Amino acid sequence: MISSFIAFLPELVLLLGAFVLFVITLGESRWVLARTTALVVALAAVAASLATLGQHTVLFSGAYRVDAFSQLLKLILSSGFVGVLLLSGALPDIRDRIKAEYFLFLALSVSGLLMLVSCVDAITLVIALELSSFPLYLLVPMRREREGQRSQMESAIKYIMFGVAANGLMLFGLSYLFGLTGTTSLPLMVERLQPVISTPLALAGLALTFCGFYYKLAVFPFHFWTPDVYQGASNETAGYIATLPKIGAVAVLVRFVSLASPANDTIALLLAGLAIASMVYGNLIALVQTDFKRLLGFSGIAHAGYAIVGFVALGTAGFAASLYYITGYMLMVLACFVVISRVSRDGTNVAISELAGLHRRSPLLAATLLVGVFGLAGLPPFVGFMGKLSILTAALSTGHLALVIITMINAAVAVYYYLRVIREAVFGDAAAGQVPIVLDRSTQVLCLLLIAAIVALGVAPGPVLDAISNSLAWVTTAAPRV
Amino acid sequence: MTTLSSFTTGLPLLSVLIFSPLVAAAGAALIRSERALRWWTLVWTTAIALLSLPLWWRFNADTADFQFTEHTAWIPWLKIDYSLGLDGISLLLVLLTTLITPLCVLASWRYITSRVKEFLICLLVMETAMIGVFSALDAILFFMFWEAMLIPMALLIGVWGGPRKIYAAIKFFIYTMAGSIFLLVALIALRLQTGSFSIPGMMGQPYGATFQLWVFAAFFISFAIKVPMFPFHTWLPAAHVEAPTAGSVVLASVLLKMGTYGFLRFCLPITPHATHVFAPAILALSVVAILYGGLTALAQSDLKKLVAYSSVSHMGFATLGIFVLNINGLEGATMVMINHGVTTGALFICVGIIYERLHSRELAAAAGIGRFMPVFMAFFGVFCLSSLGFPGTNSFIGEFLVLAGGFAHSKLLVACAVPGVVIAAAYMFRVLQRVAWGGTANPAHHELHDLEFREIVTLLPLLVFVFWIGLHPQPFVHAMHATVVHLLGQVGHALPAAAALP
Repeated sequence: MISSFIAFLPELVLLLGAFVLFVITLGESRWVLARTTALVVALAAVAASLATLGQHTVLFSGAYRVDAFSQLLKLILSSGFVGVLLLSGALPDIRDRIKAEYFLFLALSVSGLLMLVSCVDAITLVIALELSSFPLYLLVPMRREREGQRSQMESAIKYIMFGVAANGLMLFGLSYLFGLTGTTSLPLMVERLQPVISTPLALAGLALTFCGFYYKLAVFPFHFWTPDVYQGASNETAGYIATLPKIGAVAVLVRFVSLASPANDTIALLLAGLAIASMVYGNLIALVQTDFKRLLGFSGIAHAGYAIVGFVALGTAGFAASLYYITGYMLMVLACFVVISRVSRDGTNVAISELAGLHRRSPLLAATLLVGVFGLAGLPPFVGFMGKLSILTAALSTGHLALVIITMINAAVAVYYYLRVIREAVFGDAAAGQVPIVLDRSTQVLCLLLIAAIVALGVAPGPVLDAISNSLAWVTTAAPRV
Repeated sequence: MTTLSSFTTGLPLLSVLIFSPLVAAAGAALIRSERALRWWTLVWTTAIALLSLPLWWRFNADTADFQFTEHTAWIPWLKIDYSLGLDGISLLLVLLTTLITPLCVLASWRYITSRVKEFLICLLVMETAMIGVFSALDAILFFMFWEAMLIPMALLIGVWGGPRKIYAAIKFFIYTMAGSIFLLVALIALRLQTGSFSIPGMMGQPYGATFQLWVFAAFFISFAIKVPMFPFHTWLPAAHVEAPTAGSVVLASVLLKMGTYGFLRFCLPITPHATHVFAPAILALSVVAILYGGLTALAQSDLKKLVAYSSVSHMGFATLGIFVLNINGLEGATMVMINHGVTTGALFICVGIIYERLHSRELAAAAGIGRFMPVFMAFFGVFCLSSLGFPGTNSFIGEFLVLAGGFAHSKLLVACAVPGVVIAAAYMFRVLQRVAWGGTANPAHHELHDLEFREIVTLLPLLVFVFWIGLHPQPFVHAMHATVVHLLGQVGHALPAAAALP
């Protein structure tokens, strides 16, 4: 019993932390304490994930599995949580009275994600997904209202509506799968789905189930919320929404798509179609954006498409590539959002033109942006390149040549709008009256850590790729290739 | 992997060469004084140049095997290795790179006044990437160095360049990036056929004919943009004109060679069948480039633009030599690559010297400065003569070999290309006449001072090479002879179907 609690340690730490944060929120505007607490909790969660990295156990009557896969993702997620908290800083655009609550909801959402990656039962999975989503619906409208900035409510409503719709579709799909297999346990579902996997009902069930994760990942056609929420939410909230939930979504998608492996042409075709639509749509619309966050929103849709390309291969190599890619994506987008949060005056949105002369105002931020944006553009030696390489290799090895070429054309189109950002930040000169940006110690540390991680994962991805693909051993055991 | 010889030295010389500029860059980040920074970079790059000399001494020119090889597993999951090695062609290009970089530092001693540290760091990172491209024997390693050059080069143009620098930097970046994405797809496709990213392992495999055509097409787009071949050259004048002197020199002397090097390293040995199929079209494009580049250069009034278009013409000779697919042509093409690096690099430095004094690159503004700057004029005159292929200078050797190779391939081809040599004489003599003597209405140049010691030191090594290669090219040709013969064997006999073609 004790050992199973130890395996559950990261989640327990976060839940306990969330409880402490709840107590803190009962007092009067103690947000500095709340922030410190959240940071301590996040660091403790990283430590707990590290400590439980080798655990293997099944909890709660088979609904919850702790294995190498889940623990690795918990480590990534909790490290990302530390990054998001460092990025949050003083939360300039959240009303003072509810700043403490902000950290509470953030911690709750992360705890939902941490549980999500361990769930192997449809019911617990839905619950964990909701636990990670509901706090986000609240975080978006917490932004301060003021002149010219009233879109947060609209964004929040949009976010909820799309979220609920996507969840509805997912539950509908799950009901089909349950009807076909008579179980909610994913491992059992894999076995029982094999004989009927090519029936329209099973395919429809799987396709509909994916919708819930497409929504989180912002894959076409579940992307509509993305740019508006990025724009409407405060910079820090958008920084969170853009990163950690996507990792959770990819992780769960691995669990579900592996239901369809080995090679299922219909599912592969569906995924390929969605990937192409996401890439083309996201990249083309991103070309004309002027707001940096909206640009990242549309580029996020495109990157979700790239991640899906890895799934098309329907095998361990592709899944590992997608997970690796989305982990790198988290780092690169965090780097961009650090810059947005610090460049922003008073927490307002940042237009691309406002980045002008950043290299003079803050060389470190300019370097962070350079690394992050060129990483997103897929240039070596950054992680974005290695991610694309591994995804394309996986897709091409299963014969999806057309998909690979379309992906590369998209990558080329994307270079243009990333260069627009670089042009302002590095080549452009600051408008008169721009003051240097002074960074506090924690931001400096975060910037350096992100640059180091983006370069290190790009130059020496071996250990991470090995760890991810080893942790995916269960995919092949669950559904042996024929 | 049989072509990877076991000829290894105790010291991993290539790795040291590749990574010492990065070490120097890291050190430069900690130095504050601009003067100290310049000296630091100069000493490092000179030391790297000296360190690369053992490559020349120890190189065994009797074999086509790769030498100084290093081989370590890097990312086993993707089957990517860290493998390096040199053959006769890449040896010369590495040496050219290590020679040019300290000269770039010297050439920008006065020219760069703002953000000196960042400039020198960019230059050092460039050197790492350039040496890396020429020594990499793993396709992904090659690709990483290839792409790693983009960011520092775009910064060199975009931050320290002329009035339209941002336009030029972005154009350069997008063009090169767009080309290289297809290169990546081709490399992945080859890896799935051969099972590894090893470049020697990709050579001489029995790929299907259609597969070869597609791979060749992907390679071609990427390398043709880099060369640049007509009609992919439009980024070049913009980038050259706007780049600072050091940027132009690096671009002309080394970066353009990467395109032709790519043809030699990838297209010819990996896709020999497709090479034979596409060769006529590429030869035609080369002739167009020679004539078009020359005629356009004739019409320029901006000195830098003139030299840039002459580059298009010269690189046309290089691609012409490569795709006539005979020994003279290939050796000539490699010599043109080296010569162009020496001569055009020198011409860009000369234009930079004029610009520093006159703050203009207009030919009209520079008219008649020969009277006031005799030492400069001597250097400039020799480099101009070299550029037009005057006998006794280096370019003559390269162009002569290329034309001799072309003659063996097709007389019509040479008949079309020879006017290019005449046009080169026309535009270069026009420049020489105007700059040396001008006319009756020359601008006043009384306050001009002649070359100082630093500038003479910058130009002197290039002058030495102009005459050394021009009068005694044997060592250089000998160094690559075995490699070229081996390469021709790979193109001619690798595929039975290809052997049947003329």
